[in-house]
Amino acid sequence: MRDNQLLEMIDRYLAGEMTPQEREEFELLRQKDNAVSAKVEEHKNFTSLIKQYNERVNLETRLNAIHQEVDVHTLKDDLMAHPSWIVQMWRNHHSKISVAASVAILAVLLTLFITGDLSNKDPRFQQLKADVERVKSQQDRLGKQQQNIINTVKSGPSANAKFRGTGFAISSNGYIVTNFHVVNGGDSVYVQNDAGESFHTKVIYTDPANDLAFLQIIDTAFKNLGPIPYTFKKAKSDLGEEVYTIGYPGNDIKIAPGALTGATGFKGDTTEYELYIPVNPGNSGGPLLDNKGNIIGIINGKQTEAMGVGFAVKSNYLLKSISNIPADSLTKTLSLNTKNTMASLSRPQQIKKLRNYVFMVKVYNQ
Amino acid sequence: MNNQLNVEIPSDSEVIIGILNNSDSVLKKLYLAYFPMVLQLIINNNGDEDEAKDIYQEAIIVLYNKIKRGDFELSSKLKTYIYSVCRRLWLKRLKQLNRNAGNIKDFEEYLPVEEEVERHEERDMQINKMGEALKLLGEPCKTIMEDFYMHNRSMQDICERFGYTNADNAKTQKYKCLQRLKKLFFQQ
Repeated sequence: MRDNQLLEMIDRYLAGEMTPQEREEFELLRQKDNAVSAKVEEHKNFTSLIKQYNERVNLETRLNAIHQEVDVHTLKDDLMAHPSWIVQMWRNHHSKISVAASVAILAVLLTLFITGDLSNKDPRFQQLKADVERVKSQQDRLGKQQQNIINTVKSGPSANAKFRGTGFAISSNGYIVTNFHVVNGGDSVYVQNDAGESFHTKVIYTDPANDLAFLQIIDTAFKNLGPIPYTFKKAKSDLGEEVYTIGYPGNDIKIAPGALTGATGFKGDTTEYELYIPVNPGNSGGPLLDNKGNIIGIINGKQTEAMGVGFAVKSNYLLKSISNIPADSLTKTLSLNTKNTMASLSRPQQIKKLRNYVFMVKVYNQ
Repeated sequence: MNNQLNVEIPSDSEVIIGILNNSDSVLKKLYLAYFPMVLQLIINNNGDEDEAKDIYQEAIIVLYNKIKRGDFELSSKLKTYIYSVCRRLWLKRLKQLNRNAGNIKDFEEYLPVEEEVERHEERDMQINKMGEALKLLGEPCKTIMEDFYMHNRSMQDICERFGYTNADNAKTQKYKCLQRLKKLFFQQ
């Protein structure tokens, strides 16, 4: 049998076009002859591939037609895993953002550092110790020449004071009170009286909570001050009372009159009075007196946001603090004066008496 | 994927019956139902929308043939099956393109379909070879082959269409064409 005839038969067989008789004969032939059987399989597979190709093309055409109807673009936008804009921004610009953030943080820190706000101090409250170093920096060259002359006159350290405040005697034998913030951080503390004499002192007790520090003059040149003319008021003073302070905002003693305007200090601090009084750096630690010459407080700060508003630690806290001084720290007896000798005097006369007991506190550190 | 709620998702059995009955509308429903899922997979794994289309259509063909052969068991959801095939196909494509084939960012569960995809690709290769061979065959052989083997036309029809004077001539011509097609097919 020729090949083409066989194929023709296979085609008819596969297409089911044979008569039942032909079919029977062909199947017999297939069984007998393996070559024929293999040929049938091979042809079947091959022609089925042609069919499959056709089906595939048809299916692809159908799918493509369907695909035309899909709005791929919109879908794509919806389905992209869009991170939130902030994440995208970070991905795209993170290096720039990092640099900007670093600069910002640095700037903030620097600003805080320069303005002194890095400490937990409120910028609206200014402690009134004078930063002498800064004030005098330009005068240093001039001052040095003079210093030699001055030093021969007064006993005292050769270097300029770093900080300065005011202090006043609480007893005639050399105990002086000032603000803790004045002496805080200093190596050595000197007091200078109205006559310009400096005495070396020792800090014997500090009470940071009430911003108080107690000094004792340990200089051999120091002689007894004589009886203290003022007393310390135990009771609270009334609002509206006329008051004044005396201290060293500059190089000489200055008095500042004012009035007691509030029973509480900065941010409602009950240990302080609020005052209407012109005080300046250097006034810190100065005595606050009423008209009768009673110490009613110690100046320790002013508000920076309002002109003329100052604060003073109430005298009863001073008394409490004095009673807390450990006995070991006291080499001499500390007895507070109970006899007020200024009550009947006019203010200028009071001040004349007072000035001998008020000192400039000079703080040095290396 | 809540923005695909407006697309009608046909039930799996509806799809299977529809495909067995050559339903165009069911094929369309099927296509529209799961394309977004595959688009999402591809475009979020270093592909574009055209590649998504290719991969998706291939997966639909795999599923279509599987259903036509009658061996799709409803043991897994159609959705999972389609996703798994697309995922496998895309992994292979990524490897071929030397694009990151390490790990894929997944959006659905998937099944192991490696063997099936393998078998599909072998068959696909044969079919493509056939396509190439048919293209090279030339007329009138191509039409004769298509008419006879694809469209199941009788020799009588073909005789009349090509104006052969008798069926034997037509048969001889068909035989010659088939031999040529085989030659072209196996030469590749």
